[in-house]
Order: sequence, then C-alpha cells, then structure tokens
Amino acid sequence: MEKKIRVLMAKPGLDGHDRGAKVVARALRDAGMEVIYTGLRQTPVMIAEAALQEDVDVVGLSILSGAHLSLVPRVLEQLRERNMADVPLVVGGIIPADDIPVLQELGVYKVFGPGTNTQDVVAAINRAMGM
Amino acid sequence: MDIAAAALAGDRRALSRLLSGVENDTVVGRAALAQLFPQTGKAHVVGITGAPGAGKSTLVNQLAREIRERGQKLAIVAVDPTSPYSGGALLGDRLRMRDLSTDTGVFMRSMASRGHAGGIARATRDVVSVLDAVGYPLILVETVGAGQSQVEVARVAHTVVLVEAPGMGDDIQALKAGLMEIADIIVVNKADKPEARQTVRALQSVRPGMRSEGHHRVSVGKEKQVAAEVAGWEVPILQTSALENRGLEELLAALEAHRDFLKESGQWRARLQENARAEVESWLQRHLLALLADEVGEASLTAVVDTVRRRENNPASAAQELLAAILAAAGGAR
Repeated sequence: MEKKIRVLMAKPGLDGHDRGAKVVARALRDAGMEVIYTGLRQTPVMIAEAALQEDVDVVGLSILSGAHLSLVPRVLEQLRERNMADVPLVVGGIIPADDIPVLQELGVYKVFGPGTNTQDVVAAINRAMGM
Repeated sequence: MDIAAAALAGDRRALSRLLSGVENDTVVGRAALAQLFPQTGKAHVVGITGAPGAGKSTLVNQLAREIRERGQKLAIVAVDPTSPYSGGALLGDRLRMRDLSTDTGVFMRSMASRGHAGGIARATRDVVSVLDAVGYPLILVETVGAGQSQVEVARVAHTVVLVEAPGMGDDIQALKAGLMEIADIIVVNKADKPEARQTVRALQSVRPGMRSEGHHRVSVGKEKQVAAEVAGWEVPILQTSALENRGLEELLAALEAHRDFLKESGQWRARLQENARAEVESWLQRHLLALLADEVGEASLTAVVDTVRRRENNPASAAQELLAAILAAAGGAR
C-alpha cells in the first residue's frame, strides 16, 4: 500500500470562519492527501493530541482572529511535549507581513496569507515531505 | 526498544506510528503485527454501521463519553471514503468527537478506505489488532456510511450495531438482505423525531423473520453464508437521541449483554474462528497476488488478459492457467 501524506487541518482560537480551512482541505484531498479535518475552536492541546493519534505528517492551522502570535507558540509547545517537533507546522490566514518572520523564527515551516493559491499550499507540503 | 514493545509499554506516539506502519503495510508494520498477534483476541470489537447521515459519528461520540464516565479505556477507528479520482480523502469524524479530543483514555484513529469496498479499509482489521494487543478492552469501528452490501465489518467485529435514522426506509428496505442480516443490535437514532416510532414498528415487524432464518454471519466476497445460528439472541431495537441525550445506557447494556451472550453460548469462539479464517484467506489472496506479480510478471499477465479481451480465452480458465504458472514457478524455485 502506497504511503499517503496525512495532514491535520485545525482552526485554533475563537473565530468562527472556516471557509478558508475547508477550501484548503479540499485542495489537499484533490492532490491525493488524507486530510483530517477537526473543525472550529480547537485548543492547542486538542490539536497536538489529534496530531499524535492520527500520526500526521503535517499540521495546518487556519487563524483569522489575529491571535496567531499567542496561539502558534502554544501549539508548537504541545507538539514538542508529545515528541512531535519534527512535524512541520504550516499556518494560513490573516497574518500581517511583519509577523511572518516572527512565526518562522518560532519554528513554523511556512506561512500563507490571504489570496494564496491553494496549489502553492499543496506544493509547499509536498516539498516538506521531500516529494 | 522496538516500536511494538514501545507501543505495548504505553508510548502513544509509538502506537500511532505503528498504526501507520500497519496501514501502509510496511516491513516494520508487518513484523510488529506478527509480534503482537499472540496478544490479540481480548478486546470486545463493536462495529457501528449504517447509511450516511444516520448519525453514526455523533452516536459513537456519545457512547464513548458514556463509557469513559464508567472509567473504561477505549479506542475508536473511524473509516471515511477515499476519493476514487484523486486518491485523497477528507476524514471528518473528529468533527463530531470533539468532546473526547483531550481525553487520553480514548485513542481515536481516522482511516481512509483507500479503494477498499467493504465499508472498512483493508487494513482496518490490522489496526484493530494492534489496538487490541496494546490493551484497549473495547474498540469501536465506525464504517464508511455503508450501503446494503457493505457487510465486511461483521468480519472484524464481535458485535455489530446497525444505526438507522427515522424516515430513511420502509419495511421493504428492512427486509432486504445485507446490513440488516449482520446486525446484532439495531439502533433507531434521532428518536426525538416523530417518525421514529414508525421506523421502530417497521423494524419490529421484520425482526422475527430475521431470527427464524437464523443466518448471521455473511461470508464476505463469497456467495456462501457461514455458520452461527443466532439461537437465543433476540436482536434488540433501541432508540437513541443525541438531542435529548437518551438511550445510551440501554445501548451500552445491550453491548455488554451481547458480549456475555457470545461468551456463554460459545459463539465468541465461533466468531474468532471465522475471523481467523477470513484473515488467513485475506493474506493468502495477497500473497498469491504478490507471487503473481513476482513469478509471472506484468507483461505475461497483460498478455493473458489480452486473450480474454479478444474472447480467445475465458476469465476462469485464464485465472487457472495463471495459477498453474505460479505453482510451476514457485515449485521450480524450491
């Protein structure tokens, strides 16, 4: 059985808009990936726990609330606590340009802002997997 | 420590990786499965099946919560369909199981069907085996929203719960073979809806027939029906409602009653026997296909298939000739 890329798609924080996350999830599925979609209002613990149980290759976060600088470090910390620091984290949403290097410094693999072509997300994940 | 030993020792990351290895049929996964197999056969495996939209995920979530309130650990394996076009999948069962997502007493794993048509994935059985071996006493297997012929879950589970939603079918539907025949427990979900009573009545009217016919286990992929008269077990028809949070205690009691019934009647052993046979047959098939690829090769296979296309040979004879070729090659190698 050929190995499939497994991606966890989660929306941490309290904003209730998951259209973007769903569009990306569909694009990843159409690119042949297995997307575990966890939906809205996920806490960092919920996200890391799901990533562990599902043994995902990549974790994707969609954040529109502006809380990325507080949420992302907590997700990274929870992943590290579960010995999953090697799992690339990608973040999409409304992220000011100034914050992108900050997030990358924290250990985020890639940040996608508004208007990103979904194919760029697919390509980035494939690259992260060495494909 | 190897991955199987780490998983046995309670390392959940190792367990999760091992499940991937088994799902992808890697060398490590296969070896670990062989290593763990002697420790399987302890868990009560419960299949949850039914049409899409019947409320399987929600019911599983609530059932799991009820079980956790009693302090028991459990594992959940939820299968969703793989897209036949892209090979990808959207696995959404966690959406309805968020109550459980931070409870480390629950291990939940989503699986894509990966082209397997029986309502579960090919590797679901193996994933269940690993979860069983590492000590989860109860494993819930939620199928792809299954149609009437997707009965393979009966080959993996000891107890099959068929989830029906009100207004989705009449008693003619209920009389049809397939899902109804593998049900050990029938649940009419969304019982808060007024049509629920009608659905229960329709199901009750066909239930005696199910019992007297007595066929219980359907042999997957074959015409014959195997074993197990359902003597002494009356398939209960229960009502549950997520909205009104009702019926879960009864369902849990029915699961336990069915498990006790299987053990006391000797059918637990009979089901283990059937499941063991199904597993051996499934591996035999895979080994044979691997032999076909290795010993006969794609080119020769295509040549034989071409003769069938041209109607110079028929499929049954062609398969027989290929089998003869495999046996000859395997014999020559020895």
